[in-house]
Amino acid sequence: MSSRLTAEDVTLGYGERVVSARVSLAVPDGAFTAIVGPNACGKSTLLKAFVRLLTPSSGAVRLDGRDVADHRPKRFARQVGFLPQGLVAPEDIVVRRLVARGRYPHGSLLGTGTAADAEAVRSAMEVAGVAELAERRVEELSGGQRQRVWIAMVLAQETPYLLLDEPTTFLDITHQYELLALFARLRDEGRTIVAVLHDINQACRFADHLVAMKGGRVVAQGPPADVVDAELMREVFGLPSVVMPNPATGTPMVVPTV
Amino acid sequence: MSTLTLRVGSVVIEVERRTAVVSAVLVGLAAGLALLALCHGQDWATPAEVFTALTRGGESAFVIREWRLPRVAAALVFGASLGLAGAVFQNLTRNPLGSPDVIGLDAGAYTGALVAITLLNGTAGQLAAGSVAGGLLAAAVVYLLSLDSGLSGLRLVVVGIAVNAMLTALNCWIVLRAEIDVALAATGWNVGSLNGVDWAEIRLPFAVIGLFVLLLLVISQAVHQGALGDEIARTSGVRLGRLRLLMVLAGVGCTATVTAVAGPVVFIALAAPQIGRRLARAAGVPLVPAALTGAVLLLAADLVAQLLLAPVALPVGVVTTAIGGCYLIWLLSMEVKRR
Repeated sequence: MSSRLTAEDVTLGYGERVVSARVSLAVPDGAFTAIVGPNACGKSTLLKAFVRLLTPSSGAVRLDGRDVADHRPKRFARQVGFLPQGLVAPEDIVVRRLVARGRYPHGSLLGTGTAADAEAVRSAMEVAGVAELAERRVEELSGGQRQRVWIAMVLAQETPYLLLDEPTTFLDITHQYELLALFARLRDEGRTIVAVLHDINQACRFADHLVAMKGGRVVAQGPPADVVDAELMREVFGLPSVVMPNPATGTPMVVPTV
Repeated sequence: MSTLTLRVGSVVIEVERRTAVVSAVLVGLAAGLALLALCHGQDWATPAEVFTALTRGGESAFVIREWRLPRVAAALVFGASLGLAGAVFQNLTRNPLGSPDVIGLDAGAYTGALVAITLLNGTAGQLAAGSVAGGLLAAAVVYLLSLDSGLSGLRLVVVGIAVNAMLTALNCWIVLRAEIDVALAATGWNVGSLNGVDWAEIRLPFAVIGLFVLLLLVISQAVHQGALGDEIARTSGVRLGRLRLLMVLAGVGCTATVTAVAGPVVFIALAAPQIGRRLARAAGVPLVPAALTGAVLLLAADLVAQLLLAPVALPVGVVTTAIGGCYLIWLLSMEVKRR
């Protein structure tokens, strides 16, 4: 399994506080990778290192063998898209305009008004299911609708790599599954997806590669069927459970026994 | 929402119809006020006389072209410049209170100008350079004192208000210590005034402002991308550190250059971007409506200053300070409510 995007022996933290010490992860190309783990285990921090928001104090994050910090920002942003948590839209912005901001790395001094930009924005809104909201103000929307608008924005960036920090937050269960199915579809089209997910069963159902983290370390990784068992659930989450095949899909299904 | 489109090569620039209409109305308003200001004097000229004077000359040509026109031009260009400076800093701090006049940059620029007058000869070039340097220094002090939260948030605004107070005190002290003629010149000007502005005084400042506007044009896409928050801005390819530095430079440049000629004119930079934003109902703090609103506001304020106690012309800063005080109180109460 080849990996263009890798973290090697990176130590990550904020100021003096170290979150992850010497953690390594090779993101498998063309696969859907899900990162799971308890709160404050360093999932988001690791994601931030991949998208250059956090510089490791030791070790290196590389894209195509070159340190991510050495890539030109716009060119890197045409390769790797990122959806953080807790976003706030500018006041009074309409959905279509916000989605169009995803085209920034493709733009010039004149902005992002080419036919390719317009098509990318249209298709991103279509795919994220917000096309009918195009002219609505973002602050008028519900939390779930807003989340889908942000997803449309990062889709409009049209990057081969898509990294998302808890993208299913605020979504109702139907939209959660639709979004995960969308990621699987994008994966089938050749994109690489990395998402921090909270729901272990959703991770098992949709991801090709599951990364379990705890205390800043990668505890286990591999195909969900090989990795997820009662032992892992106890070790990572401290949760007693039984793991059985999902009757609908055959993927591992975790049933907590507390 | 309907939009107007403009084609430049393969790129389509889309403008909300409302923004376009509001901009056109503001331009019309500015033209009307400019005509009124050109007519106004000890003896009112008719619009026909003004047109004759501007196009062909005539008996009142000297008064209108050499006395009134530079003042009107200064009010428009300086107003636009202050509006832009305000929009830049409000974008930078993501706070409607984060404008250069509130956070002490005008006061800093004025300190720079005072130093240029009292210690040097006070030529136009020295004044401009002194003001920009003073403004940048004030910005650096505010930035260092609010470093914990970076260049954003209410903390920076509060620190800025304190710095503003200290610099205002420093300015008073410099004026008190200065030679009497310098002190007189400086105080006539420390509330911001366009009285007696002539072409010779404003040529260089206009050129400097033109350069900073050019810089803003180049970085405007990145400025708006920055309004999405640090994380999205950076992961979509904005060099945030460099952008912020350029924004501070352009914002200080726009406000300090005005201060060098007219003294600190408050309120325009604070209010114009917010009024422009509300009129245009555009996203974030857009630059063009801010500039146009600033031009209209300063010209209107200068007219009021001339007419209020005619034949005595008040400094325009008195008018803007009076309106600005009320606006600031309202804004502060809104900010407090929001939190």
